[in-house]
Amino acid sequence: MKKLTCIVAVVLAIACLAGCTGNSEATVTTDGSTSMEKVIGYLSEAYMEENENVKVTYNPTGSGSGIQAVLEGRCDIGLSSRNLKSEEAENLNGTVVAIDGIAVIVNPENVVSDLTIEQIGAIYKGEITNWSEVGGADAPIVLIGREAASGTRDGFESITDTEDMCKYNQELTSTGDVVQSVASNPNAIGYASLASVKDTVKAISVEGVKISTETIQSGKYKIQRNFIFVTKKNSELSESAQAFFNFATSKEADEFIISAGAVPVKR
Amino acid sequence: MKRAADFIEKLTSVIFTLCGFLAIAFVVLITGFLVMQGTPAIGKIGIAEFLFGRVWASTAQTPSFGILPFILTSVYGTVGAVILGVPIGILCAIFIAKMANGKMASFIRGAVDLLSGIPSVVYGLVGMIVIVPFVREAFNLPDGATLFSAIIVLGVMILPGVISVSETAIRAVPKEYEEASLALGASKTETVFKVVVPAAKSGILTGVVLGIGRSIGEAMAVMMVSGNVANMPGLFKSVRFLTTAVASEMSYSSGLQREALFSVALVLFVFIMIINLILNFVVKRDKEG
Repeated sequence: MKKLTCIVAVVLAIACLAGCTGNSEATVTTDGSTSMEKVIGYLSEAYMEENENVKVTYNPTGSGSGIQAVLEGRCDIGLSSRNLKSEEAENLNGTVVAIDGIAVIVNPENVVSDLTIEQIGAIYKGEITNWSEVGGADAPIVLIGREAASGTRDGFESITDTEDMCKYNQELTSTGDVVQSVASNPNAIGYASLASVKDTVKAISVEGVKISTETIQSGKYKIQRNFIFVTKKNSELSESAQAFFNFATSKEADEFIISAGAVPVKR
Repeated sequence: MKRAADFIEKLTSVIFTLCGFLAIAFVVLITGFLVMQGTPAIGKIGIAEFLFGRVWASTAQTPSFGILPFILTSVYGTVGAVILGVPIGILCAIFIAKMANGKMASFIRGAVDLLSGIPSVVYGLVGMIVIVPFVREAFNLPDGATLFSAIIVLGVMILPGVISVSETAIRAVPKEYEEASLALGASKTETVFKVVVPAAKSGILTGVVLGIGRSIGEAMAVMMVSGNVANMPGLFKSVRFLTTAVASEMSYSSGLQREALFSVALVLFVFIMIINLILNFVVKRDKEG
């Protein structure tokens, strides 16, 4: 298997050399959070369209591995969907590029319109199983979520403190499926990133705060997390990496961050 | 002139041989790849724990990789689909082949062909929007995304295969059998069920085995209606199939989780192989008998 990979790599390298004679290609390597796949995908695509001789790569390994990779110099920019811990912040800089706001959605027929984070956690852990316990109708709660590897699920469970404890009725593989299922079941509750919430479902307010771009940017809406670019403190980025970094943190990048379903930082 | 013709003759035979070997090469390649990728994880997890473990929690802090829920779900789902789809399919085939007049038969045949051409994602979508809410209301469940919904969708999906293969088999029964039966005073119904169907038995069986293959290998449609939670199966529980276990986690998986997914695919592959062997056996026996 290794041998085969080697051969393929050599063939590809030759093909590449033959294809782009003379044009040296600069590479920007990113490594880390799987939740940031869409954001980094939209950003790098847009960037590579403008700068044809730069290639931005992405290695989906998880926030922890991404931070470790920057520390060991294995990549230019680390991607983290959690804030840096204090011991990590000694040697690393974290720059927020986007914010991930996760809406908690219910069927429009549902009379419940506000929950606390504790209530949401208890619902998903199966401690609260009937809507009447949180001020709704006397009906069982149907928990809808995402598949185990989903970034949205990871974000939701870490914020509501329900990791590996959720008693799902359905684990769906796309945000669209979650919205569709909640829309068709009056007893369902689900979660989805803000951008994909439609009129067919009702986004409930969390601890009295309605979800919107503004409440996410101001930090009032609680179910949110930062998408962070991690760089080394005492060393400079390569020219091409710095250029990409600047692009991703500029106002220009906002539209791509929005298309990726995240919320841009207030600049 | 003759030499040119000879050359073309040779060339075509080489091309045909190459194409033949290409098909074999793909089978060997896929089998080899699956075995190579699928076995290490089974070794690491332990074959008994892997096949008979009841808990699948691939991304938990202390992961657990038991695929018994997937295996049982796939088996139950397929059995359910066969129970639901095969009788309808066979009766429909009898209707097309023996009862309906020409116009009606060709109309139904057209509809069946159309049914087989519908992409599985469309089955899933319709299932999700129509069948899931229907099951929820009809059985007064909190949620309709259950094994039962998946069985309904699979039952419909195997219909076209069962119908067209059975119909061909029924039509192949010599007319003399029927005429003899009718001449002896048997009614039309008696003739169909006691003479025609038994004579077409192995052809119908082939259709059933094809249906089983189709339903055990289906991923997209069942993923959208079965709820996709790794529970031990129950008719009105949210369940995950072998196919959907691979499809839903593969894109982001890493490490042992990824290897274990290849192992799940290997188990699925073994199931399909067994079904194909049964099919070969049935067809062979048919030829000899």
